[in-house]
Amino acid sequence: MISQSILTLITAIFIGGAAGYIGSLMLTKRMALVGGPLGHLALPGVALALIYHFNIFLGALFSIFLGIFFIWFFETKTKLPLEALTGVVFASGVALGFLILPMSHAEEAIVGDITKVDLLDAFLAVGLGSVIFLATRKIYKKIVLTSISEDLARARQINIKKINFIYLLLIAFITALEVKIIGILLTAALFAIPASTARNLSKNLFQYSLFSTVVGIISALSGIILFKITNFPAGPLMILSSSLSFLLSLVFKRKKAY
Amino acid sequence: MTKDAILSVKNLNVILEGEEIIRDLSFEIKENEIFTILGPNGAGKTILLRTLLGFLPYKGEIKWKKELKIGYLPQGLTQLKVKELPLSVSEFFGLKDVSQEKAKYFLELVGIKEKAFLGKEAGNLSSGQFQRMLIAWVLSDNPQVLLFDEPTTGVDVGGEKTIYSLLYRFWKEKKLTILLVTHDLNVIYKYSTRVLCLNKREICSGPPREILSPEVLEETYGSGIKFYQHHHSI
Repeated sequence: MISQSILTLITAIFIGGAAGYIGSLMLTKRMALVGGPLGHLALPGVALALIYHFNIFLGALFSIFLGIFFIWFFETKTKLPLEALTGVVFASGVALGFLILPMSHAEEAIVGDITKVDLLDAFLAVGLGSVIFLATRKIYKKIVLTSISEDLARARQINIKKINFIYLLLIAFITALEVKIIGILLTAALFAIPASTARNLSKNLFQYSLFSTVVGIISALSGIILFKITNFPAGPLMILSSSLSFLLSLVFKRKKAY
Repeated sequence: MTKDAILSVKNLNVILEGEEIIRDLSFEIKENEIFTILGPNGAGKTILLRTLLGFLPYKGEIKWKKELKIGYLPQGLTQLKVKELPLSVSEFFGLKDVSQEKAKYFLELVGIKEKAFLGKEAGNLSSGQFQRMLIAWVLSDNPQVLLFDEPTTGVDVGGEKTIYSLLYRFWKEKKLTILLVTHDLNVIYKYSTRVLCLNKREICSGPPREILSPEVLEETYGSGIKFYQHHHSI
């Protein structure tokens, strides 16, 4: 029997690392905050999972996809900007989620509960985390080129719609995984903060994506260690650990020649 | 399509969101030409280039010679666009799978011989260096045709001269065909073999010294003509 602590550590490492890696792309596309609304969209599904005792990841994933579907559907019906539609859908999702969420489980849904990680969660984190990492690696250069110039990407026969769809899909999956360990509220932080730290420290893309992954992993680990010591919820502790890494990175920040 | 043509365009019409951008345009580009497209802002120059590359819907006919390798430099691609990324010059070439050695070779061709250049952050280069690097980048997979959309935007006058003389050199050495969008009449007079004046439709086309009369320029540019006449008289 694998101990609970090991399961928790493995789960956090894989999720933190994969989120840090894809987060480095999201910072470049000014998409770092997308993870926020997506996480919030998970609430109704998480509430259902808590009521009917099924896996939170599945609940979160279902509800995120439903939310994305509605955003896409409204986009085809109106001329409103995507941000506005995302706002409408995610606020409605959160409101609906709070109506059905049993208050006894509120903390678990909002900031996550790492002590309830089971074998299935660890399995999902390792399996999906690895797949997300590898798939992100595969599209990394293409997304970078697209973010520099869509026309340049088109000229290289990159199917921008397809690449962006895969990219969004990967973000949706990792967000749903995150919900288990840090809850619905802070999902954006696991993308944005490690990448921001890494940006301060790196002078090329290789270092940047590597540091972002490593900071994601270290933050997840420190969050769990701090949780063992203080007994505060692990999710916020993970985020605060990465915030600390960001503050430290400011000290070591390379002088920029602006 | 005639025998030595690499591009043939017939009765091209481009309508975007209900607005007519290009009307009934026909022309042919032959091998080893420096074909420039001249016209005021909003004349449809960039749209024309993007349509030729197959990015936009159109009516009419666009025929490229078969198995042609095209190098394209879009408008307004400055170092600012890569500044939010910590992207080294070597990695910038890596985005199109060009090896370090090849990158080095092409950088030398555009006059960048500095050893540490490949490790520099692309976003921190000067605009002149960045533009030269872009030319090396476009050339690095040996295209036969270059489509350049105002390649000297944001480059100072000295840098502009360098870039055009570089392009001219490669055109001669590598027997390229160049399709260039520019505002600069000096460049057109100096390098262009043929010019197409565009303002939604064709105003004129032919060798620049034969066809670019003040009347034609006035028709192309409307009220903008004074500036260009002045420019021309220097």
